[in-house]
Amino acid sequence: MGIIEAKDLVHEYYRRDEEGNVESIETAVNHVNLTVEPGQFISILGHNGSGKSTLAKHINALLLPTEGSLWVDGKDTSVHANELPIRKTAGMVFQNPDNQIIASVVEEDVGFGPENIGIETDEIWRRVEKALTAVGMWEYRSHSPNRLSGGQKQRVAIAGVMAMEPKCIILDEPTAMLDPDGRKEVIETVHELNRKKGVTVILITHYMEEVVDSDYVYVMEKGSVVMKGKPREIFSQVEALKQYRLDVPQVTLLAHELRQAGMDIPEGILTREELLEALCH
Amino acid sequence: MSLILDHVSYTYSVGSGYEVNALNDVNLKIDDGEFIGIIGHTGSGKSTLVQHLNGLIRATSGTIYYNGADIYDKDYDRKELRTQVGMVFQYPEHQLFETTVFEDVKYGPKNQGLDDKQATLRAYEALQKVKFPEENYDASPFELSGGQKRRAAIAGVIAMKPAVLILDEPTAGLDPKGRDEILDLIKEMHEKSKITIILVSHSMEDVANYVDRIIVMEKGAPLLDGSPREVFAHDKQLEKIGLAVPQVTYLMHDLAAKGYAVDPDVTTVEEAKQEILRVFGNR
Repeated sequence: MGIIEAKDLVHEYYRRDEEGNVESIETAVNHVNLTVEPGQFISILGHNGSGKSTLAKHINALLLPTEGSLWVDGKDTSVHANELPIRKTAGMVFQNPDNQIIASVVEEDVGFGPENIGIETDEIWRRVEKALTAVGMWEYRSHSPNRLSGGQKQRVAIAGVMAMEPKCIILDEPTAMLDPDGRKEVIETVHELNRKKGVTVILITHYMEEVVDSDYVYVMEKGSVVMKGKPREIFSQVEALKQYRLDVPQVTLLAHELRQAGMDIPEGILTREELLEALCH
Repeated sequence: MSLILDHVSYTYSVGSGYEVNALNDVNLKIDDGEFIGIIGHTGSGKSTLVQHLNGLIRATSGTIYYNGADIYDKDYDRKELRTQVGMVFQYPEHQLFETTVFEDVKYGPKNQGLDDKQATLRAYEALQKVKFPEENYDASPFELSGGQKRRAAIAGVIAMKPAVLILDEPTAGLDPKGRDEILDLIKEMHEKSKITIILVSHSMEDVANYVDRIIVMEKGAPLLDGSPREVFAHDKQLEKIGLAVPQVTYLMHDLAAKGYAVDPDVTTVEEAKQEILRVFGNR
């Protein structure tokens, strides 16, 4: 069994009027099956409203299944007693860093989580140091989060989650509000945590270039998983990706168009070097 | 008709010991009907620069002329300037506040002193222009999707009929679909209404496809200023300040370096395709 197992997971949002009568039902997640093995780096792509954030909220029991089931590290999220252990196993990082940082000093912010679950002081400081070092923010430990860049704030938010020592972190569009430098910083940090600490990562994004180095990519549309595979398998289906209105990286798109025009270029080109190689062989 | 910045400098927190020179002796001329992209990484001064253009921030030194008149002149009508030079802020949907979309869009023209009938007309026209779905005119702005909220917010500024429209990161946080729709919309408004558009962005690839002129900001001053082709030819210089040229431009530079006779200054996928087919096509 994987660290995360979704079986026919369904989530419906009920909209109610002022008297509490159901006005409409919207199926945000529609019979999704997903298996994530420990240590994997998984990406979920999809545009706004595709259900990817709803799915993410199930993974740390912020939402519970309407139908089907979700298991995190062998625990069923629909069992109330599992809620705390699941939240310790699966940490969540959200889009807006400003909504996630609460303390006025970086190290206190990172220590807030462990303190909240009654960890001893010495252990808290050990974890704070470890987490801030892991995201490359140790030297900013006594700074005010207000004076950090967006990318740095997001790394502090990730450190805050890491200090809880989760087996798995879920990042819900962690780069959507960052500039290109900040985006790179955050994605590199997450890969590093995955490689060096063996943390399982689930990255939710709509930037395709951020998923190139994932083990597997899932594409969601209207609540369902419509494509899954290794990045190269996904990226070789340019027409399908365009149909889901995803942003195909320029080089992949160019390679595809050249191939359509009759040139001898393989499908699924991901980088500039690969296209250069294919052109000059 | 134009906007001229004459030796404009701006310092934050003067005298506090934390002084930051956000703008450093900026000289610029923006002509009527231009479509300009202002690019720079966070902290380069691009947002500070555009907030000067409608008088939201007052330069510490230097001056700005709008249509020949000094906007810092004590008789100058800066309230009028703000309707002439419209500004769509980052995440403009955070500023929606009325109970319905229509009322929200009407707020600007009403504030300009138009009567209810005229304001209604303006709001209707603006919502049409941003292609806002008619069935949602009376919806609460808070019930809309991200892309629709942003359209409503842009309509609120357009309803004041500005001659210059500034958009600060209008696509931030939108998905690729929403982003393309907003950029296409801005382009269409520029073509149909001939208004001057100033687009602040940190995405080179977005900007390359739309604008006629790019101003690259670095350390509070324009570092490069020219057409996308001219600006992207300086890839090394752009990299040094943490900006990247479009991937296809890099690819063409690589090919040129290997001795292929391609035009190295291509900026879009379509241009790159044509160039590669021209040079490699008969193999």
